[in-house]
Amino acid sequence: MREFARRFARNRPALAGLAILLAVIAIALLAPLLYPGSPFALVARPFQPPFEGYLFGTDQLGRDLTAEVVHGARTSLAIGLLATAIAVLVGATMGGLAGYYGGRIDALLMRFTEMFQTIPFFLFAIVLVTVLTPTIGSVILAISVVSWPPMARLVRGEFLAMRGREFVLACVSMGMSDARIILRHILPNALSSIIVTGSLMVATAILIESGLSFLGLSDPNTMSWGYVIGEGRTALRSAWWVCTVPGIAILVTVMAINLVGEGLNDALNPRLRSA
Amino acid sequence: MSESDTVLAIESLTVDLPSWADRPHAVEDLTLDLRHNEILCVVGESGSGKSLMARAILGLFPSRHVRPSAGRILYRGEDLLAAAPEHLRAVRGSRIAMIFQEPMTALNPVLTLGRQIEEAIEVHQPSLRGAARRRVLEMLSAVHLPEPERIYGAYPHQISGGQRQRAMIAMALTLEPDVLIADEPTTALDVTTQAQILALIREIQATRRMAVLFITHDFGVVAEIADRIAVMQQGRLVEHGSAAEVLDAPREPYTRSLLAAVPSIVPAPPRAAIVQAPVAMRVSGLEKTYRSGGVFLGGSARVVHAAKGVAFEIRRGETLGIVGESGSGKSTVARCVARLVEPDAAEIRVGDTDFGRLSRRTLREARRRVQMVFQDPYGSLDPRHTVGNLIAEGPIVHGTAPSVAWERALELLELVGLDRRSAARYPHEFSGGQRQRIGLARALALDPEVLIADEPVSALDVSVQAQVLRLLADVRERLALTVLFITHDLRVAAQVCDSIAVMRRGEIVEYGLTQEVFAAPRHAYTRELFAAVPGRERRRART
Amino acid sequence: MSAKGLRYVVRRLALAVPTILTIVVLNFALVHLAPGDAADVLAGEAGSATPEYMAQLRQKFGLDQPLHVQLAVYLERVLAFDLGYSFRHSMSVSALIATRLGPTLLLMLTVLLLSVGLGVLLGAIAARNLNRWRDNVISVLAVLAYATPVFWAGLMLIVVFSVKLGWFPVSGMEEVAAFKEGWPRVADIARHLVLPAITLTLFYLALYARLMRASVLDQFAMDYVITARAKGLTERQIARRHVLRNAVLPVLTMAGVQVGALLGGSVVVETVFAWPGLGFLAYESLFARDINLLLGIFFISGCLVVAVNVAVDLLYSLLDPRIELR
Repeated sequence: MREFARRFARNRPALAGLAILLAVIAIALLAPLLYPGSPFALVARPFQPPFEGYLFGTDQLGRDLTAEVVHGARTSLAIGLLATAIAVLVGATMGGLAGYYGGRIDALLMRFTEMFQTIPFFLFAIVLVTVLTPTIGSVILAISVVSWPPMARLVRGEFLAMRGREFVLACVSMGMSDARIILRHILPNALSSIIVTGSLMVATAILIESGLSFLGLSDPNTMSWGYVIGEGRTALRSAWWVCTVPGIAILVTVMAINLVGEGLNDALNPRLRSA
Repeated sequence: MSESDTVLAIESLTVDLPSWADRPHAVEDLTLDLRHNEILCVVGESGSGKSLMARAILGLFPSRHVRPSAGRILYRGEDLLAAAPEHLRAVRGSRIAMIFQEPMTALNPVLTLGRQIEEAIEVHQPSLRGAARRRVLEMLSAVHLPEPERIYGAYPHQISGGQRQRAMIAMALTLEPDVLIADEPTTALDVTTQAQILALIREIQATRRMAVLFITHDFGVVAEIADRIAVMQQGRLVEHGSAAEVLDAPREPYTRSLLAAVPSIVPAPPRAAIVQAPVAMRVSGLEKTYRSGGVFLGGSARVVHAAKGVAFEIRRGETLGIVGESGSGKSTVARCVARLVEPDAAEIRVGDTDFGRLSRRTLREARRRVQMVFQDPYGSLDPRHTVGNLIAEGPIVHGTAPSVAWERALELLELVGLDRRSAARYPHEFSGGQRQRIGLARALALDPEVLIADEPVSALDVSVQAQVLRLLADVRERLALTVLFITHDLRVAAQVCDSIAVMRRGEIVEYGLTQEVFAAPRHAYTRELFAAVPGRERRRART
Repeated sequence: MSAKGLRYVVRRLALAVPTILTIVVLNFALVHLAPGDAADVLAGEAGSATPEYMAQLRQKFGLDQPLHVQLAVYLERVLAFDLGYSFRHSMSVSALIATRLGPTLLLMLTVLLLSVGLGVLLGAIAARNLNRWRDNVISVLAVLAYATPVFWAGLMLIVVFSVKLGWFPVSGMEEVAAFKEGWPRVADIARHLVLPAITLTLFYLALYARLMRASVLDQFAMDYVITARAKGLTERQIARRHVLRNAVLPVLTMAGVQVGALLGGSVVVETVFAWPGLGFLAYESLFARDINLLLGIFFISGCLVVAVNVAVDLLYSLLDPRIELR
């Protein structure tokens, strides 16, 4: 454990990413304290540029852009984490069972994930949210549904590979139950891939969520970065900051998560030093 | 150039390793020369630096952290270590050529063999381009490849391992180099294929009067082809001299211990008590077929008969060896008997239980009676559990109290020659030989009636191999173990097995007491196997 | 194409049939999950259809029949490419989609070529200049591009290049009122294509560049490179003759996998730039709450991805002799 922390700490971009991510999380958690009240509230005249009274200015309806961005962070992070958690749980379980048992379960899963690979996932998410009407629940569901197949494939691959490894065969030959082998021997060895892929999936989930809300498919009661950008489109020529600032927020958050995810990868799977 | 002239002279070569390696030098102060018209074998165990020394000649260092820090390598009077890159490149492939261990990975999978062999001509003698194809076909014939035209247009994955190695040799010889460096070229090959390639190398060396530097870890190979021998250990040259000198009268203790560790082809005398013992395991009618490939829409399926009608029996306390080359089905048989793979049909009797027909649930309990030791020391232990846990887990799963199981684990560690404190350590802290000992301890933890050892020493250095085999012999005496021993090495089988079964393409072609089979093999394939064992007849002295 | 190749294409298409069928069944389920009466959903924009049309619809789709009969009817209709009618555009959905297919294909093809071509080039440069400034710059840019939301990138490009600098048009595919023909028309479309193509390319360029870089590094660690060195080839020759072809293969595989994602990305890009393709049509259908049209686009997208996947696999088999077309 300490070895892992040391390796991670040596990776400067990863540390920077972690710092940024923690800052974003802190802002999201403190949102109601920093900017109490609803971010939908009209506070001033519209199209005020940044740094004139309000840090990021106001949007086309006169809402405080800073409040919108800060509250949007909660939505993005919450949806990102929840959707990913569901996708990881479902995907890892299905993939693990398919990889370990093989046979019909595996064939079925492969057909399933192949199908998902054919359907453009973003379009599918759009269709799902539209059909189920946009709420936080339907957005989380849609993102989980399109995200679990890649995780399932990854875990299936890992479990399949390990199923044939000699230390697993040794467990079988000693008469261990399948549950014990999976939970005590295979899963701990597959965990690092799952963690790394899962953390990168959070970033993707946030991107999908912002895309959906940009198109107008977000819960009308929650503030979202994509929503602000989508609404601000009409004023792009004059009040460009309404679109720019939330986008930078998305970029910074997603980049921070990616850096941390890659730092985790390097720390958990140390490769021989490059030539 | 006269016969005893030096073609390649290595003087006080020292190659540094990066700071995080386990020793400062890969090669230390090595002085060796290679003479015209001879085969010099450099022999050593893993970590001896022999491979790196060979690669240093052509400047093929694996990374920029591994660099020569002292010495010279003189070829025709010029120091290759100090040569300009263009000059070194001009020497590579045309004057000094090299072949490697694993031809499948050493060849580019997306280019045809003809293209890859021609490349040497393109790079060094572009003016010959028009005649290149003809030359390549000549070379392919020279290495006795059938249908050179077909091989010319084939891709590496489309031909067999032995043929690939011949193609590699053809590639190396295309520009008629003075020196051929062969880095363990037969290690990855079956024993019969190895014999053919060794014969080919001998033939080529003799007809072209080349200097061959042959790297190997196998003393049998050395005995088969060497004119002179150099022994390396931990980067240093320990001993060198003519083949007769080194093999018959080694001076250094290390050389002597290495030679002593090589298992002899002469089998140990049979142990009398066994012939009377009851049968511990009887297998009959073992069938296993693998099918792969598409089934629908007219896809072609590939069918491999891994085991056909295999039958044998082992008496209590006896060690039966199953010997065969790759693809013989010996590993499949081991796994089917242990029911790690389900056979298509089989009767497997352990004692009086029909082991083969037990249901999944009853099987789990019964599994403790048949335990296995695996081949790969690096893959057979879960890296995330301590050694003690790994050994104690089996008994715990079968109901033993953890404290009792742990105590037993400590006893077993001592039995296999390891310290009791090893129990708290992780597998990566141990060497290959030690890991095999741990694997053995784990298998013994459940007090099995039958122990299946699937190539347990194939991945080990010869000196470590000798130690582990001694341990195995010791343990089986003490515990009166019944052992099914799988191996591809006849010499190992001679040392350890009371009876042997020779397998070929899924069938047992010969079966009997080791001493009898070795003295008078009946099947043609068995005789072929024996003939292929390297070093049986030592190389005649050169006239 | 050889007979073997043709057989392979037919076979792959046949294998894709279950997938397509599943998409149709999925559509059917979604029609019934959507709020409102199934007939309203199938009619397209609820409320804008005449009562006669609604009655006709109910009969055609057998909406008073049991569910499995409805499913059979729906399957039959969809596979005959009868996807309904759009009142707003006054044409059948199939015809509507057909008109919008071209622009989307143009955009996707351009992005595919750009992202793979440039990605391979940049990745190779980064790998050959490992840890030096070229590699670091490319890696940093890749990290940034990979984290940038596509729609936002489009908007920012518009702000900089259209609004502030005026180099490229803000939206659309061509100057509709100008009625250009021939080469001037091509040039006009090309000018309009620049910003949308760059927007969508950014993300995938980053992906393929990083993949190529890793792939090249992997290949240089392989044994056949040592053999090539032992034959006396220069590093440049090794890179060109040996490594490049092997390194490109994983990138191609990934490009095939990403086709579906690319189509999804085109939805936002076309929306931002009002590029008259399928993606923009999907947005319009969202706006108008026309679920039937949306489902029609969904179905066609699936078919499109299947077709492109088969093409990519064919190309891959040409480059990698280890893959046999079966």
